[in-house]
Amino acid sequence: MNSLVFEIAHMLAASLVLISFVQLYQDRLYALLNTFALHSLALACSVAWQAYIQDAPHLYVTAAIALVFKAIVIPVVLHRIIQRLKIHREIETVVGIGLTMLAGIALVALSMVVMLRVTGGADPLARQDLAFALAVILLGLLLMVSRRNAVGQVVGFMSLENGLVLAATGAKGMPLVVEISVAFSILIAFIVIGIFLFRIRERFDTVDMQVLDRYRGERL
Amino acid sequence: MPDPVALVLLIPIGAAALLAVLPGYRLTSRLSVLASLLTLVAASSLFVVERSGPGRYLFVDDLNIVFIVLNTFVAFTTSIFSATYISHELESGKLTLNYLRFYHAMYQVLIFAMNLALVANNIGLIWVAIELATLTTVLMVGIYRTHEALEAAWKYFILGSVGIALALFGTILVYMAARPVIGEGSDAMIWTVLIEHVAAFDSSLLNVAFVFLLLGYGTKVGLAPLHAWLPDAHAEGPTPISAVLSGLLLNVALYALLRFKMLLAGNEGAIAPGPMLVTMGLTSLIFASFMLYRRADVKRLFAYSSIEHMGIMAFAFGLGGPLANFAGLLHMVMHSLTKSAIFFAVGHIAQVKGSQKIADIGGLTVTHPWLGWGLVLGVVAIAGLPPLGIFMSEFLIVSSTIAREPLLAIPLVLGLMVAFGALLMRLNGLAFGEPRGSSAPANASYVPMFAHLVLVCVAGVYLPAPLVAWFRHVASLLG
Repeated sequence: MNSLVFEIAHMLAASLVLISFVQLYQDRLYALLNTFALHSLALACSVAWQAYIQDAPHLYVTAAIALVFKAIVIPVVLHRIIQRLKIHREIETVVGIGLTMLAGIALVALSMVVMLRVTGGADPLARQDLAFALAVILLGLLLMVSRRNAVGQVVGFMSLENGLVLAATGAKGMPLVVEISVAFSILIAFIVIGIFLFRIRERFDTVDMQVLDRYRGERL
Repeated sequence: MPDPVALVLLIPIGAAALLAVLPGYRLTSRLSVLASLLTLVAASSLFVVERSGPGRYLFVDDLNIVFIVLNTFVAFTTSIFSATYISHELESGKLTLNYLRFYHAMYQVLIFAMNLALVANNIGLIWVAIELATLTTVLMVGIYRTHEALEAAWKYFILGSVGIALALFGTILVYMAARPVIGEGSDAMIWTVLIEHVAAFDSSLLNVAFVFLLLGYGTKVGLAPLHAWLPDAHAEGPTPISAVLSGLLLNVALYALLRFKMLLAGNEGAIAPGPMLVTMGLTSLIFASFMLYRRADVKRLFAYSSIEHMGIMAFAFGLGGPLANFAGLLHMVMHSLTKSAIFFAVGHIAQVKGSQKIADIGGLTVTHPWLGWGLVLGVVAIAGLPPLGIFMSEFLIVSSTIAREPLLAIPLVLGLMVAFGALLMRLNGLAFGEPRGSSAPANASYVPMFAHLVLVCVAGVYLPAPLVAWFRHVASLLG
């Protein structure tokens, strides 16, 4: 394979991991949304590059969805929701930023070790892509569990999903990629509408058992 | 004659479109029952109609036909229960007409999604169908729009989405493993093609894929420690949805796991998926059986009981072998029938008493003999007392464990005994003793509940020979 082509694909995928790290230390909602938009932009570039080198025109659709829907529409809508619902602009984190970053480094190392070891037989580009994708997915999960705010969790979920799209496009010739990215867009739209309709405010947390206990009907 | 496989999918989705636009709740609830009945007929005809070979997207084999018929049967009886249950919610002002229409339409979409997951021959399509089923149930769980219902729906949504996302990553990895052997394109996602060529796949990639699939679909099965969404979703949604969730949706997710387990079993170098399922199954069983003791909410109580029983099934399938698989299948059928019957009873009881709190409900056999004795029968069955159906399947599971892995029988029997004690203790308070709460007559539909319970009772003493032969055959397919 042409080494320049390979290097560019590598760089774009790696930039997603880098931006995932940037997301980890954001403590303001607007900044988090902006970095998410950047994350989706990097994804769109990466998918478009894959479409070009794999000569798979349908992947351009996935790239366009990432660009229009996730890099522009969703961040703008979430911005407005934050304004309308007067959600606190600052995000409470469960543990300190430093600890979260360390955990993030450990997760990236883990995904490299696991994926590079098990994908020995696959071509190098797909290997790297899968390893980066797993890193993005795990960092997205980390973002979800380390934020006590519904919008923060949603951004975490969306960056996790960006990692999935990266994995799906890296798997050369995988069918249904476009359909899956559409299905995920619908899912995300549901979540965003959900936030708006349900008027979920700050301190609304799905993993914090202390808060949830109040509503669990478990008090005897 | 049209293809029954297509009908199983087209009837629910067509009915959903129709129900979404039709006014009037009497008409829509009857139409929903009719559509579910037609789907059941189409599904049953799969047994007799000659099968065409596996298609690119859909297929029917001896394994999924059991799931489809069970699925459509419980969906049909639940639609009858829904009709009375939901019209009561309308009278008591908990739901408005628009929500009612929405409810019936979404119910049919849910049936469509579950049937699609069961007949899909494409691992990507299975994933899409389970995602659709998750989305519809999220909407139904949040339908009352109380604070608690929205919390439960949100929690279910986030945990379910993460599970679904992990399952997709696992699916991509399976494709990656298949691509060098089968070639690029959609062939490498067709299950029947995969199972033919699985021996040549890269086994380390398959191993990692299965871990993700287990975590992903395991979340939907409700295996501990991924079960956190399940009790909330059961307790806060409408009771027919609790019945369908426990009785059907958990099975559908388990079915997806079983398909991938069969895939791994075909590859020599891959890890054995059995021990992982056994571990998660036992953890769920022990955890849920202890959790049963401190429940204050009756629907939550039976939700934990579902976690317990899904654990038993995962254990049985993980143990593998003809006898344990047979017992697992039987247990799945019996649990679906019994648990949905219990939820039918609980739904009407909660409506009459105006509360789901166990403390507010008592002496049911005196105030509402039909509901009370129905509940007694259901709980006795689910606790595993002879001679009912669940006793038989649990007995088979325990005896095959003792024969093959005697040490594993200790935690298994412990979990079963603990759950047994908890359920009977709670039942005592609910059904007997001083009557508590309102004793107004119930406007209930008893037919679905007793139809299920009669089936469970009969299955405990007599299983027809063709059914046994069929299950035995399916159990051998599962490996």
